[in-house]
Amino acid sequence: MKRAPRASGVVEAAGARGAPGLLEIRDLRVTYGSGASAVPAVRGVDLAVGPGQKLGIAGESGCGKSTLALALLRLLPSSARLSGEILLDGEDVLTMKWGRLRAVRWAGASIVFQGAMHSLNAVHRIGDQIAEPVLLHRRATPAAGRARAAELLEQVGLPAARADAYPHELSGGQRQRVMIAMALACDPRLIVADEPTTALDVMIQAQILRLIERLVAEQDIGLLMISHDLAVLADTCDRLAVMYAGRIVEEGPARAVYDAAEHPYGRALSAAFPRIGDPASRRAPRGLPGDPPDPAALPSGCTFHPRCPVALDVCEREDQPLREAGPGRSAACVRVGAAVPAGEQPR
Amino acid sequence: MTTTTPPAGPVPLLSAAELKVTFPGRRGAASARAVDGVDLDIGTGEIVALVGESGCGKTTLARALLGLVPPTRGRVTFAREPLGYGARALKAYRKRVQLVLQDPSGSLNPRHTVYDAVAEGLRIHAHPGDERAAVAEALSRAGLRPPERYFARYPHELSGGQRQRVVIAGALVLEPELIVADEPVASLDASVRGEILALLLSLRDELGLSALVVTHDLGLAWNIADRVAVMYLGRIVETGPVEEVLTAPQHPYTRALLSVLPESGEEPVVLMGEPPDPSRIPDGCRFHARCQVLASGEAARAGVDERCRTDSPPVLTGGAATQVACHWATAG
Repeated sequence: MKRAPRASGVVEAAGARGAPGLLEIRDLRVTYGSGASAVPAVRGVDLAVGPGQKLGIAGESGCGKSTLALALLRLLPSSARLSGEILLDGEDVLTMKWGRLRAVRWAGASIVFQGAMHSLNAVHRIGDQIAEPVLLHRRATPAAGRARAAELLEQVGLPAARADAYPHELSGGQRQRVMIAMALACDPRLIVADEPTTALDVMIQAQILRLIERLVAEQDIGLLMISHDLAVLADTCDRLAVMYAGRIVEEGPARAVYDAAEHPYGRALSAAFPRIGDPASRRAPRGLPGDPPDPAALPSGCTFHPRCPVALDVCEREDQPLREAGPGRSAACVRVGAAVPAGEQPR
Repeated sequence: MTTTTPPAGPVPLLSAAELKVTFPGRRGAASARAVDGVDLDIGTGEIVALVGESGCGKTTLARALLGLVPPTRGRVTFAREPLGYGARALKAYRKRVQLVLQDPSGSLNPRHTVYDAVAEGLRIHAHPGDERAAVAEALSRAGLRPPERYFARYPHELSGGQRQRVVIAGALVLEPELIVADEPVASLDASVRGEILALLLSLRDELGLSALVVTHDLGLAWNIADRVAVMYLGRIVETGPVEEVLTAPQHPYTRALLSVLPESGEEPVVLMGEPPDPSRIPDGCRFHARCQVLASGEAARAGVDERCRTDSPPVLTGGAATQVACHWATAG
C-alpha cells in the first residue's frame, strides 16, 4: 500500500517568495572569528517556512546546517558574527533586544537538539525540566506547571507518571520524546529539530518521526528539520533544501529533490542512500570521491567543483547562484536552466 | 523451516555453533542472555551482514566470534579448528581475523602518526619482512594513495573518511582472512559512506577477504552483503541471501524493520515500545509480545497463536539457506 500523498500544493505556493511566512531567512551569513582566520560557516542563505509547513535541510558535516539552526535563536558563541535577516512573524531576531529574544525563545520558536542525553539535566526530574519554561515564560504556578508537564508527556506518548523519572531512567527514544515535550511547552509557532532521530534505532526513529509529523499537523506549527539523512527528510518534509559549504545549492518539493535532484551534489547525496530492492544499488555502494570542503579553505568558484563529476572550466572561476530549475525548484549549478555557455568544455 | 537452497557444501571459514553468551546480573538481578543460541557460518570470500537494533546482541556475538568474550556455551570454529582461548592461540587468531571498529576518531591514538597506527599490528606480531613496504601496501589497498604522503600525518589532520581508511589499513596490514566490521560507516557522511563500502567490496573481490559486517543499517546489507542474518533479542530470527531476505522478508520483525525505512512503499509497521530486555526474554517466540501478526489475529487464523506464546521456534542453522524462526511464516 502506498502512503497517503502529502499536501504539497499549498506548500509550494507558500514557498520562498510568497506571502510573508512564519520564518523568513534573508541572506543570512555567519562567520566565526575575524580577520585572516575568519571562517565563513553560513554564506548567504534564504529560506522560508510557513505555519504547518515542514522544511528539511540536508547536508553533511561542516556544511553549516547546525550553525544555521543555532543562528535562528541567536544561540551561537560570541565569536560568531551574523548578518542578514531572520524574520520570525515579521520581527528580526538579529536586531531584537535581549528581553524580547528571551521571550521569543521557547514561546516563538524552540529547538529540539540531537543527543537528548546531553541536553537534559541529569539531576533534575524530567517533569520539572519540562515545566521550567512554562514557569518562566508563562509565570505559571508550580501546580499549573506540573499539570502542563503531565499534559505534554501524554501528548508525546509517555505516561504522565514518568514526570518523576530522571533522564538516566529513560531510553534514548523516551528522552527524545521528553525533548519534544519541552520544545512544545510554550506553544511555539516554529520548531527547529536538529538531527532529532540521529543515533536512534530505526524503529524508534520511525516512532519519533510519526510523533513530530502528528504534532506539526495538529498544532499548525512550522517545522525546520535538519539532518544528514536525505531519505528521512524526503519522507517527513514537504520541501527540501540541500546545503553545501554554507549555502543552499538546491531547493524544491522534497520528493522531487530526492528522486531527481538538479544539482550534481544533490544527485550524489541522494544516490548515496541505497534503495532496497533496486538492482541498481545492489552490490554497488555509491559515494562521492573527496571530502566535504573545509570551511576555512573553500575552493574557488563553485565550491563543489573539485568533487563534481560534470564540472566545466567555468566552475573553477565563477560561483554559481541559485537559479530556477522548474516549478518551485531552484539549483545552484551552471548546467541548470541554461544551455552550457559557448566555448565551455567539460573538464 | 523453509529451505530453498541446500546447506552449503564447503566448510565455512568461521563458524559459531549453539553459541550463548550470558552476562551475570548485578546485585541478584537476572542474568542477561545477550547471545542466546546462535549458529552462524561465514564462508571464504563471503560478506555477511548481521543486522539488528541496539541491544539485540549483535555486537556481543561479534565479540564472541573474535574471541574477545568467551562463550558461556557453544563454540567458535575457525578454519576447521576450534578457537583456543589461551594467550598464544588468541594472538595467532587475531592475526587472521581483524576487527574494524566504528568511530575511527576513537579507535586511533591521536599521538600516533598514520604510519605508526598501521605498523602497530606488524610490530605486535613481529613481522619478519619489510615493515615500510607492508604499511605502504596496506595504505594503498585502503585507498590512501600515494601512501608515503600519509605516513607522517596525525589523525586530526585527516578527514573522517581518511581516518576510517587508516583503521582499515591497520586491519589489512596483517593480511587477515576475515574482518569483522562493527558499524564501519555509521559515523561517516553519506557521500563518504559509499566510498568506504565500495572499498570493503573491492577487498573481497581482489583479496578474497571474508567479512562479517555488524550494522543496524539494512541499506548497507543491500549495498555490499551476500547474506544477511537478522538478530532479535539474542537469536537470529531470519537469515538467507540478501536478495531473498530483503525483498521477500518472512519474519514479522524483518517485515516491520523494512517497512519503516523511508524508501519502503509500504504502510509502515511501527512496533511500539522499546526493544525488550535480554534479562527478561519472553516465553514462547521471543518476538511474540511485539508481533504485529499475532496482534492482528492473523497468527490465530493460521492456528499457530498458541505456539507463538508457548513454543520457542528452533535455532536456525548457520548455513546459506533461507530460514526463518517463526511459527506463522513456516505454517503455510
